Amino acid sequence: MSATSPFRRAGLVGPALLVVLILVGVPLGIMAWVSLLGRGSTIGVDWQSAPSFANYTKLIWEEDFDGTLLFNPTYLSILWRSVWQAAATTVICVTLGLPVALWMSSLTRGARDVAILLITIPFWTNLLVRNYAWLIILREDGVVSQTANAIWPFGPVQLLYNDTAILIGLVYSFLPFMILPIYAGFEKFDWRLLEAAYDLGANRRRALMRVIIPLAMPGIIAGAMLVFIPSLGSFVTAAILGGGKSMMMGNLIQLQFGQSRNWPFGATISVVLLALMMLVLMGIAIWKNRQEAKR
Amino acid sequence: MNLRRLPLTREISLAVLVYLYVPVVVLIVYSFNANRTATVWSETSLDWYRKILVNPSIRDATWNSLVLATAAGIGATLLALAAALGMKSRFRGKGLVEAVLNAPLILPEIVVAVATLMLFVAIGIDMGLTAMIPAHIAFCIPFAYLPIRARLQGMNPSLEEAAQDLYANRFVTFRRVTLPLLWPGIMAGFTLAFVTSLDDFLTSFFLSGPGSTTLPVYIFSAIRAGITPEINAISTVMLIVSVALVVTSFLLGKMRR
Repeated sequence: MSATSPFRRAGLVGPALLVVLILVGVPLGIMAWVSLLGRGSTIGVDWQSAPSFANYTKLIWEEDFDGTLLFNPTYLSILWRSVWQAAATTVICVTLGLPVALWMSSLTRGARDVAILLITIPFWTNLLVRNYAWLIILREDGVVSQTANAIWPFGPVQLLYNDTAILIGLVYSFLPFMILPIYAGFEKFDWRLLEAAYDLGANRRRALMRVIIPLAMPGIIAGAMLVFIPSLGSFVTAAILGGGKSMMMGNLIQLQFGQSRNWPFGATISVVLLALMMLVLMGIAIWKNRQEAKR
Repeated sequence: MNLRRLPLTREISLAVLVYLYVPVVVLIVYSFNANRTATVWSETSLDWYRKILVNPSIRDATWNSLVLATAAGIGATLLALAAALGMKSRFRGKGLVEAVLNAPLILPEIVVAVATLMLFVAIGIDMGLTAMIPAHIAFCIPFAYLPIRARLQGMNPSLEEAAQDLYANRFVTFRRVTLPLLWPGIMAGFTLAFVTSLDDFLTSFFLSGPGSTTLPVYIFSAIRAGITPEINAISTVMLIVSVALVVTSFLLGKMRR
């Protein structure tokens, strides 16, 4: 077929590209600018204020009455919670996802399709609904809470509105994102390698550590990216299961755009969130390059 | 002996399936509970389904969601179709263009949502469907683009060549050869974009104005107000719709092979 002319191509690709640039690229630019401005009195931003890094210092230090800077751990602790919640979610998802993917790949073809469907159905269910379901299970007067309180001898057990509840919700929200890439990797596997390992006298543990995990690594990395990044920027889970006490970065951003009406500070946290995400993506890119260099 | 079967993988997998489905089952079961407090089981009833059917705010929210998802689905699919056709040949900067088109997949939604809010406030666009539709189109583009692109890559180029050899002009070739071959990809892309928009909460949450509440936004505020069997009933309906869509697209995918 005749090659597409540059003009035709621009006409075809241009509209979609423009829509994404105008509605995603430009807003992110505006956000970076707003993060340097001061808060407004009526609407969220004072567009006339002189740009400064005041919002960024506010993340770490608090200004006292006389202008001295005091260390303020409030925001840092929320940042830290987001990072470790996302990391813990990723680790749990790998621990659960690897055996599930392995098990799925050992099934017959028809059973595999059913297993994929069973894993994907909860993922297609609305995120709010998925987290709400855990709210019902973990609530104070629910069966689980009452049983836990009956068994646990040391005072009342609170299952909701804490970091554990958020962790359960995050794993529940993103687990399929880990299982499916690992499984996709296993589908392409040459399983004779595993047979060879056993023939050469490897026991199961050794076969797992030396054959299965190294070969599953690209899937694990892809899954880790798909789990870590949305967990880091999640809002719904902590909003429903954290009950306003346990906040993550997403909730802090929402708070600034909602009740606090401090848009520039909200923009600042968003910029930090994007920067953290970039760091993770860069780390993964470096790891991939190194893996390819090894080959 | 199945070599791939390591000890415990089966047990862990079954436990994971239980973990995935217990919340769903609990949610559905409690939607049939007659008791308002949702904690005590009194008797089975369909009251809550009847209540959500006649609730005007739920009806309006459902309507808004459907209008928004249809507009976003059609808009995103048309833009993505054109983009996928334009991306067929190699050119300089192709990787970058592809990365920009797929950026909404990887960017945290809350960040894009508040950034779009700031853009719309800065240029004076009122919140509501006029703000939500373009924003939804933007983040639905990759969901429509990826299936269409995949279908296009799997297409045999000699079919188009044959059409042109037989004196079909560009338009006829597209209309009679490319489009029919691409159709399953287009439908898959539209379905994905439609479902993504329908399920979206965050973007709508920040950009909806008075009277343009969508179903997820309504559910969120209802959850914030407290647990009621009413929410369970709406959730169950949404769950059934999602599952029906997934199973249908899965079966359609099987049929095509």
